[in-house]
Amino acid sequence: MQGPHVQLFVTCLVDALAPQVGRSTLAALETAGCDVAFPEGQTCCGQPAFNVGLNDRAREMAEHTLDVLDATEGPVVLPSGSCTEMIVHHYKELFDGTDREEQADRVAGRTRELSQFLTDQDNPPTMKCDDCTVAYHYSCHGLRGLGLDVSADALLEGADRVKLEGDRECCGFGGLFAVEMPAVSAAIMDTKLDQVLASGADTLVGSDVSCLMHLEGGLRRRGAKIEVKHIAELLGDSDSV
Amino acid sequence: MSEPVTFLSRAEALVGTHEANAIENGARTLLEKRDRVVADFPIMEELRDRARAIRLHALNNLDRLLAHFTDRVEEQGGVVHFAADAEEARSIVAAILEETSSKLVVKSKSMVSEEIDLNEHLESRGVEVVETDLGEYIVQLAGDTPSHIIAPVLHMTRQDVGALFQDKLGIGYTDDPTELNQIARDHLREQFLRADAGISGVNLAIAESGSVVVVTNEGNGRLTTTAPRVHIALMGMERIVSRWEDAAVVLEVLAKSATGQRLSVYTNVITGPRREDDNDGPEQVHVVIIDNGRSDILSGETAEILACIRCGACLNICPVFRSVGGHAYGTVYSGPVGSVVTPGLLGMEPWWELPYASTLCGACEEVCPIRIQIPSMLLHLRQRAASEGKLPGWLEKGMARYSRTATSPEKWRRAKKWASRLTAPISSRGWIRRIPGPGRGWTDYRDFPRPAKESFAEWWRLHRGS
Repeated sequence: MQGPHVQLFVTCLVDALAPQVGRSTLAALETAGCDVAFPEGQTCCGQPAFNVGLNDRAREMAEHTLDVLDATEGPVVLPSGSCTEMIVHHYKELFDGTDREEQADRVAGRTRELSQFLTDQDNPPTMKCDDCTVAYHYSCHGLRGLGLDVSADALLEGADRVKLEGDRECCGFGGLFAVEMPAVSAAIMDTKLDQVLASGADTLVGSDVSCLMHLEGGLRRRGAKIEVKHIAELLGDSDSV
Repeated sequence: MSEPVTFLSRAEALVGTHEANAIENGARTLLEKRDRVVADFPIMEELRDRARAIRLHALNNLDRLLAHFTDRVEEQGGVVHFAADAEEARSIVAAILEETSSKLVVKSKSMVSEEIDLNEHLESRGVEVVETDLGEYIVQLAGDTPSHIIAPVLHMTRQDVGALFQDKLGIGYTDDPTELNQIARDHLREQFLRADAGISGVNLAIAESGSVVVVTNEGNGRLTTTAPRVHIALMGMERIVSRWEDAAVVLEVLAKSATGQRLSVYTNVITGPRREDDNDGPEQVHVVIIDNGRSDILSGETAEILACIRCGACLNICPVFRSVGGHAYGTVYSGPVGSVVTPGLLGMEPWWELPYASTLCGACEEVCPIRIQIPSMLLHLRQRAASEGKLPGWLEKGMARYSRTATSPEKWRRAKKWASRLTAPISSRGWIRRIPGPGRGWTDYRDFPRPAKESFAEWWRLHRGS
């Protein structure tokens, strides 16, 4: 059965630093029967500027993103809770009372995080990793910002999943916080990495590349042999597309 | 961030220390207790909604409630003083002590007194001040400052306290909490009986009856407010509710959120001085209502932070607070609430940095019994800091450049190519071990992924493009 026509917004980090996550996302969406388009001209949603308080800069990038997405139709799907929250919640604040307000509402209304979108489909993809033991980290903006505490659980149902202590606590990434206050960011990360290593998992899974690259970068410094994967990589094969 | 002031330098010095470990353990213990009692209390969510409404109503009617409260206190024979700032508050307290010939003062816990540096001021005028809350007593003995708004010595282990008592009180070492408590009690008992005046904070003032409520777990609040001849209650001007019914709701959520108790052990209500047929109580009751920057907060976009009931749950759940503790924040109010309150009370310079001491994880808002939208306020304060030009040049210039790139698909495409090419010499198997320049902070602790040779957009253009 043919699923919906969707617009894939991969996010700046996936585009530049983790393109394999973009291809896996595409594969997962196509497995679910979606007809996927990639709106050209997409770049960054503007969250890095918004989070440090540079709202004029954030607005410039948000306007660009709104124009790119508003020229398309159907659901907009992002493999990131954080960028989804930016578009769904914070664009409203940025354009409140301006002539962009309606456009921001219109785009926000179409925008979905990947796991949220997939669990709403009739035939969501299933786990592609038979021999991995998974620990899942709930990234903050998806969990508390969008209230997505069960969609990843549903998608990981077939997985050999272990309990990760503190799995709803922040990993310490925090965007530019990781660069501005690196010692504090790393102290929070170390707590998380200790919990990951204690969980017995061989694969750490999350739904935001931002948190994951911070954690993977930390695991590499420790020389720990744990795979770090975006949930899309367990649901779609990046080589199949 | 641009200058080695306040939070960042303090935080870096604290990370990974014995003190930070004690904070992490202590904060987690408090939070676990909170979670347990809340899980066992089905109407907690409803009570939180009501507590929020009560506190917001109080803030919206503050002038009226304070006027009503003042009338009621004075009807009971108490005296109300208004202090516009810390200096005036200190002078008022000093004058009361002078008029009543008070030389020895016992204090129960008061964050406002810390805010206005009261002890130092009184001591310089020859008044002896004795802290009677066990935590505050330890802080005073150590010559330290509180590290948490409800648990002042969260940064110390019981072994630390044992060593401190041995050193300062000349007694044998013990780290048994019951024994330590008894030692402090024995020292304090005598002071209570000798004290001329007692100074307390105020958890809540109740407008309809002119009462102040002081909650404690040790009973020291009751002795402080009843044994000496004079009682001085210090309250931030926002710490008021309309009615008894409202106070009951707030006290319920306060105890559960703060320490995981159903209610605090002692809820002391002081309504005016001792009456003729009372067995005990002070001859004089003074309530000092302190503004000290609160009016400014009230008229701005972070006004809602004044609805805070000082339970400390946002500190206990905050990953940043747990990693460094309250001393990193540089003032008495720490953690997420402190990062909003301090710039409001003391100004953006140098406190603008505090709103950046957060990952914006949102846990504070989730746990706050009043559902105060702390992350939104942190973002608002960041906007203010940025618009006042507080951010380091590299960040402001870098973000302007990033925005110019990200608003032009062609520049974006080229930038990705260049980023991949330029990082080739410093990368190994797809990862960078050391980034030069402002990004260095990342690679001081973590590897950074090398920008891909082929971005997703490029891949799409080649394989799926029309």
